[in-house]
Amino acid sequence: MIDFGKNAGFDLKGRHRAEARFQWMGKIAIAISLFFLAAMVFTIARDASGIIKQTQIQLQLDLTDATGIAQNNKHPSYGKAVKAALRAQFPKVKKRKDKKRLYGFASPEAGFEIARMIDESPEILGRITKVWVTASDGLDLYLRGKVDMDLPERQRRVSDAERDWIATLQEQGHLRRVFNWGFLTNGDSREPEVAGILSALVGTAYSLAVCFAFAFPVGIGAAIYLEEFAPKSRLSDLIEVNINNLAAVPSIVFGLLGLSMFLGVFGMPRSSPLVGGLVLALMTLPTMIIAARAALRSVPPSFKEGALALGASPVQAVFHHVFPVAMPGMLTGSIVGMAQALGETAPLLMIGMVAFIVDIPTSILEPATALPVQIFLWADSPERAFTEKTAAAIIVLLVFLVSMNLIAILLRRKLETRF
Amino acid sequence: MTVNAIDITTKNRPMWLDRAVIIVLALMAGVAILVTVGIVFSLVFEAYLFFEKVSVTDFLFGLEWSPQTAIRADQVGSTGSFGVLPLINGTLLISAIAMAVATPLGLASAVYLSEYASKRARSWIKPALEILAGIPTVVYGFFAALTLAPIIRMTGGKLGLEVASESALAAGIVMGIMIVPLISSLSDDVINAVPQSLRDASFGLGATRSETIRKVVLPAALPGISGSLLLATSRAIGETMIVLMAAGMAAKLSLNPLDAVTTITVQIVALLTGDQEFDSAKTLSAFALGLFLFIITLGINVLALGIVRKYQEQYD
Repeated sequence: MIDFGKNAGFDLKGRHRAEARFQWMGKIAIAISLFFLAAMVFTIARDASGIIKQTQIQLQLDLTDATGIAQNNKHPSYGKAVKAALRAQFPKVKKRKDKKRLYGFASPEAGFEIARMIDESPEILGRITKVWVTASDGLDLYLRGKVDMDLPERQRRVSDAERDWIATLQEQGHLRRVFNWGFLTNGDSREPEVAGILSALVGTAYSLAVCFAFAFPVGIGAAIYLEEFAPKSRLSDLIEVNINNLAAVPSIVFGLLGLSMFLGVFGMPRSSPLVGGLVLALMTLPTMIIAARAALRSVPPSFKEGALALGASPVQAVFHHVFPVAMPGMLTGSIVGMAQALGETAPLLMIGMVAFIVDIPTSILEPATALPVQIFLWADSPERAFTEKTAAAIIVLLVFLVSMNLIAILLRRKLETRF
Repeated sequence: MTVNAIDITTKNRPMWLDRAVIIVLALMAGVAILVTVGIVFSLVFEAYLFFEKVSVTDFLFGLEWSPQTAIRADQVGSTGSFGVLPLINGTLLISAIAMAVATPLGLASAVYLSEYASKRARSWIKPALEILAGIPTVVYGFFAALTLAPIIRMTGGKLGLEVASESALAAGIVMGIMIVPLISSLSDDVINAVPQSLRDASFGLGATRSETIRKVVLPAALPGISGSLLLATSRAIGETMIVLMAAGMAAKLSLNPLDAVTTITVQIVALLTGDQEFDSAKTLSAFALGLFLFIITLGINVLALGIVRKYQEQYD
């Protein structure tokens, strides 16, 4: 006997109100989830918008007696020239402490930037030239109004003197804001104003390439075997249960596996995209197998039966007639798996891809980091400028994820045949 | 011509090649087993080395977790203490908060989507919820640590509560939101699998939609729903990045959601990143924690998949 409540059949209005309340509960639940999604994307996009443009400062650079630097140093820096140029712009600044503040306007990396400029156009050596260099993150934040000037001077990052100097620079047109290409073309750095994501992006690309090269063929092979050839035995049942369970193993456990097997037993290079890619491959393998099996199952059995009837062997029937038809489905499934691998962080921490990587890695054996790990590292930095970099890196990551999923959807629409 | 065709096929089809292809495919399927064996072997092996130094009972029932104390060998307490209970406490506290957020949201969404939503609404709400599942956990962690945690601390401060800067609450809430699509899509499938005849019978007796759902559909779908909740719990227990970024490192026994607690996964990362010496108790303890985590999540998963499968057969 089902009890519909004590007022069943009598209080019709009350029951209809309860009905409406129940419906609203569902609507509200969905609204809360979607509100969270919107709030997250909005706050991150708002933080990220701060670094679309970057402040540069113009210097009257005196390189007349700087010719020796390039010959004597492997990584020449023209930091002295930068400081001299800043002093020249404000000849009245005499105190040591004030000079130090003044030098803080240009990024500590500005000396290296000038070295790169000299590489490109050596004629500026031995001359006095006007160049634009990256300004420090403090100056950038001030110009964007992110420094609270209402605080008493001692608690501020920008003193009254600095404020006046900046005003002078602005009047003279020595400050400008330009599109921040450096974010996409630089490696990581301790200085937020020049830190970029290229080294992390390249590390991610290498790892994903290794992951795909391993997981795609193995996943498809396993799927074909299980779907087409495996005898109904305890062993194939075991494999099946095993795959389902592997899909739910916490990702950090795969990191432990990589640490003890790939690094410990096989002695592969620590922090390398090779190991990272393999760990991601093992992690995505269940997803790949499940997707590929679904694709194989969607091919009508008549294809295979027709081939068999004409004398093809089972292997020929599968590889000539079933496999090509299932291929688009397998590809889309693999893209979804790769998107999952792209966002994965924890296992990469385990195998040491958390290093501070400035140089762009050139092979899968070199130490590298990955985009989500870079996000994790930057999120840990206390500087406000790094928070904005983190948000921007997240936006880049999300753009990649969305485009991968879009490609998968489009591929599915275009290539997949329904029977 | 027929004769010809048969000739070609027999010539072009050496039997050994077929067999070799099948063997290669079988080996590829075996990789999946190999991965499991590799996981179990490496975890058990390293955990065994750990348990040679620290007894199993000290690990399972110890009340203190402080692996970092070994500064000098002759120091008091230099061996560190490896009691896992504070970590279990933190893991369960955060998972419980996550499930407290995700269960009502996920179930209500699933019920609305499967029983009320029009086809059109469903076709955009479902993918929108799936987006939540596709967002990398490091992004959730960033949001929890830099947006939600300060909001909670501020609100708590205004109410006169003392809130740790890395509270379990922020990590738990965000983790809950992450899990919502998992619960809603699994429960949606389960609710859809309830035969229409049950609903029709209930409507025929004069019940409203919500009465039918509460008294007929949900009880019928309960085993499957509990399976989906179990899977979600296992996901919460194994989640790493959100807690790593938002929950902190302090191992303590506390049930206060405003406290900073730490979890098993956070400690695994903390033990294995940075300088490490192999086969020190500190490093090896991470594998013992990993084995513990693996066994717990595997147990929950097997149970959940078993429940879901059994339930599916019931209405097939």
